Amino acid sequence: MQEAMINRAKQLLADGTVDRVIGWKRGEFAYDITPAVFRSAEELDADFVFDDFTSANVSKYLVKESKKEGKILAFLKPCDTYSFNQLTKEHRVVRENVYIIGIPGGPKLDAEKIKAKGITGILGVKNENYTLKIETVYGEETMPYYEAVLDKCASCKSKKHVVFDELIGDDGEVLESNRFEMVEKLENMTAQERFDFWRDQLSKCIRCNACRNVCPACTCEKCVFDNPNSGVENKAPADSFEENMFHIIRAFHVAGRCTDCGECSRVCPQNIPLHLLNRKFIKDINSLYGEYQAGEDTTSRAPLNDYKQDDCEASIVHERGVE
Amino acid sequence: MQRIGVFVCHCGTNIAATVDVKTVAEALGHEPGVVISQDYQYMCSESGQNLVKNAIKEHNLTGVVVCSCSPRMHENTFRKAAASAGLNPYLVEIANIREQCSWIHKDIASATEKAIILGKAAVAKVHLNAPLTAGESPVAKRALVIGGGIAGIQTALDIAEAGFEVDIVEKNPTIGGKMAQIDKTFPTLDCAACILTPKMVEASQNEKITIHSFSEVTDVKGFVGNFTVTIKKKARFVDETKCTGCGLCTEKCPMKKVPNEFNMGLDNRTAIYIPFAQAVPKVATIDPNYCMMMKTGKCGVCSKVCSVGAIDYKQEDKFIEQKYGAIVVATGFNPIKLDKYDEFAYNQCPDVVTSLELERLMNAAGPNGGTLLRPSDKTHPHKIVFVQCVGSRCDDSKGKPYCSKICCMYTAKHAMLIREKYPDTEVYVFYIDVRTPGKNFDEFYRRAVEQYNVHYIKGMVGKVTPRSDGKIDVQASDLLANEQLHIDADMVVLAAAIEPDKTARPLATMLTTQMDTNDFFTEAHPKLRPVESATAGIFLSGACQGPKDIPETVAQASAAAAKAIGLLVKDSITCNPCVAHSDELMCNGCSSCEKVCPYGAITYTDKEFKMPDRTIAVRRVASVNPAVCQGCGACTVACPSGAMDLNGFSNSQIMAEVDAICK
Amino acid sequence: MQVNENKEFQPLIVAFCCNWCSYAGADLSGTNRLNYPSNVKIIRVPCSCRVNPMFILRAFQRGADGVILCGCHPGDCHYTSGNYFTRRRMTLLFSMLDFLGIERDRTRVEWVSAAEGAKFAATMNEFTEAVKKLGPNRRLEDLRCRKQ
Repeated sequence: MQEAMINRAKQLLADGTVDRVIGWKRGEFAYDITPAVFRSAEELDADFVFDDFTSANVSKYLVKESKKEGKILAFLKPCDTYSFNQLTKEHRVVRENVYIIGIPGGPKLDAEKIKAKGITGILGVKNENYTLKIETVYGEETMPYYEAVLDKCASCKSKKHVVFDELIGDDGEVLESNRFEMVEKLENMTAQERFDFWRDQLSKCIRCNACRNVCPACTCEKCVFDNPNSGVENKAPADSFEENMFHIIRAFHVAGRCTDCGECSRVCPQNIPLHLLNRKFIKDINSLYGEYQAGEDTTSRAPLNDYKQDDCEASIVHERGVE
Repeated sequence: MQRIGVFVCHCGTNIAATVDVKTVAEALGHEPGVVISQDYQYMCSESGQNLVKNAIKEHNLTGVVVCSCSPRMHENTFRKAAASAGLNPYLVEIANIREQCSWIHKDIASATEKAIILGKAAVAKVHLNAPLTAGESPVAKRALVIGGGIAGIQTALDIAEAGFEVDIVEKNPTIGGKMAQIDKTFPTLDCAACILTPKMVEASQNEKITIHSFSEVTDVKGFVGNFTVTIKKKARFVDETKCTGCGLCTEKCPMKKVPNEFNMGLDNRTAIYIPFAQAVPKVATIDPNYCMMMKTGKCGVCSKVCSVGAIDYKQEDKFIEQKYGAIVVATGFNPIKLDKYDEFAYNQCPDVVTSLELERLMNAAGPNGGTLLRPSDKTHPHKIVFVQCVGSRCDDSKGKPYCSKICCMYTAKHAMLIREKYPDTEVYVFYIDVRTPGKNFDEFYRRAVEQYNVHYIKGMVGKVTPRSDGKIDVQASDLLANEQLHIDADMVVLAAAIEPDKTARPLATMLTTQMDTNDFFTEAHPKLRPVESATAGIFLSGACQGPKDIPETVAQASAAAAKAIGLLVKDSITCNPCVAHSDELMCNGCSSCEKVCPYGAITYTDKEFKMPDRTIAVRRVASVNPAVCQGCGACTVACPSGAMDLNGFSNSQIMAEVDAICK
Repeated sequence: MQVNENKEFQPLIVAFCCNWCSYAGADLSGTNRLNYPSNVKIIRVPCSCRVNPMFILRAFQRGADGVILCGCHPGDCHYTSGNYFTRRRMTLLFSMLDFLGIERDRTRVEWVSAAEGAKFAATMNEFTEAVKKLGPNRRLEDLRCRKQ
């Protein structure tokens, strides 16, 4: 796959279709893959990576990149295409300036899960019949493949590319996923249990802003939390409420816009399951206002910018489930 | 540095009896930025206002907080006072310590504490108030009247009389409305056509009035003084400018079996038709649902007989756009459908008719040439039962909760006319109450009872059953005599409730005006502003606002015209400065705000920005048209970056109030 | 200062009222001298749709025990559609607060027309009682703001 991608990227650079390529390159460690822009065949040959750890969604980078001079080639996994579409809809990316090649999605691997098995010094991985063979500086280790899969990939919602100029490999289908399982489990807890769960989780927040910075829906020119005039500006969790406030508002701001790409939880250094907040909104929107998948198209009205005269009243929250 | 003045009003004892105003003034005097804090008996009085004005000048105040009655009462008073003392009127805030404090609490200690907190919130807010200047926007000197019944005609005539252009949009092929269908009018029994048709002609001949018949309003944009309205002129397949109304086509049209809506479907008309002899404009219209030419392509008789070549089977709907300063709604009413009233056998028996159908049956231009005959067998009815309040004053879902107001009087009229013309006919009226408030109304009703011997029976009709011998069995109760009655009637007339026209609700959405649950337009104030809607520049005329008889309708029509004229004579109007504005540096251009704006006040432009790295970036940013924005603030919440904010109710101002209250 | 241990808990209620219906409804309950607790402090907004979830969270953060949002009845919004957006926003926000384990009865949306002075007073009485039962807001407040 990596070879095919590099070759096609070289062709498109050579024939002038694009003058830049956004892909990924390796960081300090084998599993440390970050988005990068390539300008030449040489750069591609030297650094371009696409492997089991290549999970980062590059759509958000296109907010800036697509506004630059010239056209850029972007390799988008199915989940990334949803993000890209949503950004197009919100006029945040310039569609004409991006050449999109749809590439197959995950499942991608979570290095943290491998490390949690006590396996360190990872050099590379190989999936052999669902046994993950991990090459380390200390020799080869193995673990069951599915135990190393990223959470967001384990509950994948779709293998279908919603926008592309061409595909490498086949297009997939929208999947039946169990992604609301954990949300449901929480809904069935008592209020005190839910409160304790979230207090536990959110109190770990160090306000590093990684979730916000990676989120393809969080592309504000200036975030309210960085704006001294907003009244909620805050850089650090100064008290027990601040991280609540930050995460509620962040989830609310992306409600109806979040494509459920799962990047927020993936990048959280404290392993807070932030995607559950977004999924709660998605689940509510689906059940109260009709199925809606952000990013599926570029024309539909976002649920929070829309209404029906016979929408349910807010009191529905008081009437359902466990208190 | 802010210099804020606080003025605490006693309102006689209205406030002072439960709020210790001296303590409030004292406490607020210690708030940051407050340089003077006073209390006074009546702050809204001239001397109270002078107190404020003098303090503004003496202390060079930058903000004023008045702790008094509701801002809905006197906000404007104090804003004007501030302005006259040289302070921007929008630097005044009101703390509502009467309606929302002294009047609802009995305990002095807690009421005083609350008044202080409300005062503190106002002080915190006024710290962040910005001076605002109301803009001006020009007024288009043209009015639109929607609906061409008597209400619309009267309004249009009055506005034209004052020298302004008026357009009437009427959805039917002719103006005239319901009044054109009525035979005689109460309580004078003069002929409706004789008083209406001259007005119709006057409207058509007035050079200031343009009549768009067979047309609908499809879009309304803009705001008071500056509405842009799209009018759909529905294809009538006849060139209005050529047709002379000679009527030859209607005589020759072979398709003669079309239910005639003007006569309530009691007889037939042709596929090409002129609704009635006095129609204005007197122009034929082809009904494409029945026209053979339109349906099968075979016929074309009308086209052949038309000497001026006015027939155009290919005509299409035409859209025109026009600017208006004022819009008057005169969409009128309709009797409700009686399908759900099986007990009255309306759908089963042709001799059970509605009152409006009876009007046509008795009208000289009606289906029987003015002779009252039963629709079923064309015989003279000898016993007629009138049923009142069919669907009016109804608490079930079938009918309407309100009184339709006109039925008592028109039934007395019908009863009287029938007894006058056919003395051998017995007339029964079943009623809940007879309501006759109105000039000469009760006298009229008494004449029906006393002079014309109409049998008025208090009680409701339970069941109407058509019999095989052609009679109708009416089963009813006489509440006063406490007995059950059976009447073998020849005809039953149902006084169907009236309801607003079905076009009213979508129109209200377009006009962004309010409606009540019955779809009547809501007036801006039920007593003091009865002909204005809450939306500036939209006025209400006639039964679209509530059930009305003809004199009331005409009175309201003229009142609405007067209000519209009051607006049209102005060259410009002052805009509300409390509108949204977007901070371009923070705007994402995401279009969220545009989606929730009910007024279409937000547009986007690509603008060049100098970026921190000295490059120039083109960004899509929102801008708000302050003349169109009404200041609801929906956009401010839709905007994730907080670029959108609202003058007078900014994020920081509301947040400051929250903080002050929760301190 | 002596603290009376038996003193009943007095919740702080912040009520956001739209200018056209609910604020006028609140005025009307005053005009009719209909009683409701002084715990309720009203903030006037042009339309219920002006209320940003941030304001509600801020009120809780600063020590409010309950927040109620009042607007025109659906269909009667002075700005035609504002309260429809409010309804969706608040439904989702309240659902989220519930999801985070915040007591449901601390938040409410109520439609009160300018003619419903009695409803306004009754709503405030009810709501204050409900919040009183919950006791002080401990799950959302900023500890630094806790009243001594």
